[in-house]
Amino acid sequence: MNLMGLFRSPQNELEKGGKEAEDQGIRNSCPKCGVQLPITDLQENLNVCSACGYHFRIGPRERIFFVCDEGSFQELDGELMSRDLLDFPGYDQKLRNAKLASREKEGVLCGTARIEGLDCAVFCMDPNFMMGSMGTIVGEKITRLFEHATQCSLPVVGFTVSGGARMQEGILSLMQMAKTSAALKKHSDAGNFYLTVLTDPTLGGITASFAMDGDVIMAEPGATIGFAGARVIEQTIRKKLPQGFQTAEFLLEHGFVDLIVPRSEQKQAIAYLLRLHGQSPREEAAQ
Amino acid sequence: MSAYDKVLLARAKDRPTGLSYINNIFSSFLELHGDRRFADDPAIVGGLATLDGMPVTVIAMEKGSDMKDKVRRNFGAPNPEGYRKALRLMKQAEKFHRPVVCFVDTSGAYCGLGAEERGQGQAIAENLMEMIGLKTPIVSILIGEGGSGGALALAVADQVWILENAVYSVISPEGCASILWKDPKRVKDAADCLRLTAQDMEELGVVEKVIPEDEACCGQIKESLSELLPQLLALPQDELLAKRYQRFRAF
Repeated sequence: MNLMGLFRSPQNELEKGGKEAEDQGIRNSCPKCGVQLPITDLQENLNVCSACGYHFRIGPRERIFFVCDEGSFQELDGELMSRDLLDFPGYDQKLRNAKLASREKEGVLCGTARIEGLDCAVFCMDPNFMMGSMGTIVGEKITRLFEHATQCSLPVVGFTVSGGARMQEGILSLMQMAKTSAALKKHSDAGNFYLTVLTDPTLGGITASFAMDGDVIMAEPGATIGFAGARVIEQTIRKKLPQGFQTAEFLLEHGFVDLIVPRSEQKQAIAYLLRLHGQSPREEAAQ
Repeated sequence: MSAYDKVLLARAKDRPTGLSYINNIFSSFLELHGDRRFADDPAIVGGLATLDGMPVTVIAMEKGSDMKDKVRRNFGAPNPEGYRKALRLMKQAEKFHRPVVCFVDTSGAYCGLGAEERGQGQAIAENLMEMIGLKTPIVSILIGEGGSGGALALAVADQVWILENAVYSVISPEGCASILWKDPKRVKDAADCLRLTAQDMEELGVVEKVIPEDEACCGQIKESLSELLPQLLALPQDELLAKRYQRFRAF
């Protein structure tokens, strides 16, 4: 049993891990290179394929476990949940399924934490909750996090993973792009640091709002990042897209990402950036 | 009239486009070109004009008149440089403290190869963030199609108005139907579900005003702007920005 178990019970074979999984020889195949990876090895390797370096999509609590100091995460606004505001057919059921699939109440997890002893506010979007799509509650939680961080002069570290705005909330989802941008502008104007870490996939209304507004923009290797989805572009231009289009590496080459950092080095890189932007470890600050 | 009928009206080929509103409402429009970074995007026109003698920065999405013009203007689907030109003109307006009026009419930001290479998402993101803090009044008017983020990038404003047969939506009914039901034929259902008509916008508090589409349309926009812009210009800057923040914070 690893420490993930402290947060919640395992939801899939990948997370069960441990002796039991090893005994049963549970393996997961890498979607990129096809290699069969024993679950336990994969977990030890932060859910990165040891053969080709493919970064598996991970949920927000796992990410916080990898990046934040043990036990430092304090969740904020965890009780907020979406409602079917527009009587959109099937949305209630989708929300119920998303809650089961993610074991979370919404598509983003927000809170305060420490990274190598440095205080910060953190949000992590959830690929298992309707692919991290942004409706009013995702927008509200992120907005409140920026407002809290502005009030407490905290830097914000945001992990994005999202298909875009949530269409089941119609125009109200679109308005979240303006709302979150407004809150992060205030945070920025007050001189606070905002770091985004773009993970697979970051698309649509998220790319077109807070994902691209970071003072520093980090990306995970191989992550798909873009505005329009690949299929929509192919339909528009009636051509196949070139290999590697809309990857983190493509964005780096075109000047829209500052740096690509593998998962294993993220904690150190984030802590370095926080330190350079005026955060000092809590112990020192207390003296 | 069904929601989808409104979508068709908003897209109608003979519907007046951005430039016709500029020319009917303002005097002496002087077009200014280019984003100073890459190119001039003809899908967005912008420049200087006067309203009852008051200098105003006007920006409009323009779908084009005849076929040749429509092609040149990419049917009103802006590239990143269109949004960057708009932002340049807004910053210019801020410097000289003149109000900004935007006319929104696009099926969406262009989904092309070059648009992605040049940062379509980043261009829209920057507009949202800069417009919320722009230290001069902004009024945006949705005159036809309000296609998602590509429309919002000119619609973060102190007031947003919409013509009675214009629409505003997070996704096109076609896109919604094909994603949700894998059936592009269900566009009518999708249009109903998305709540995208001008009347929906008023009900959901997304717009301050619905403007009737009759002969008096441009006259009414002109009259309303002549009344509102001096009021917004007279507001202390902090108050103007606090109200704009609250306007979007409320969603």
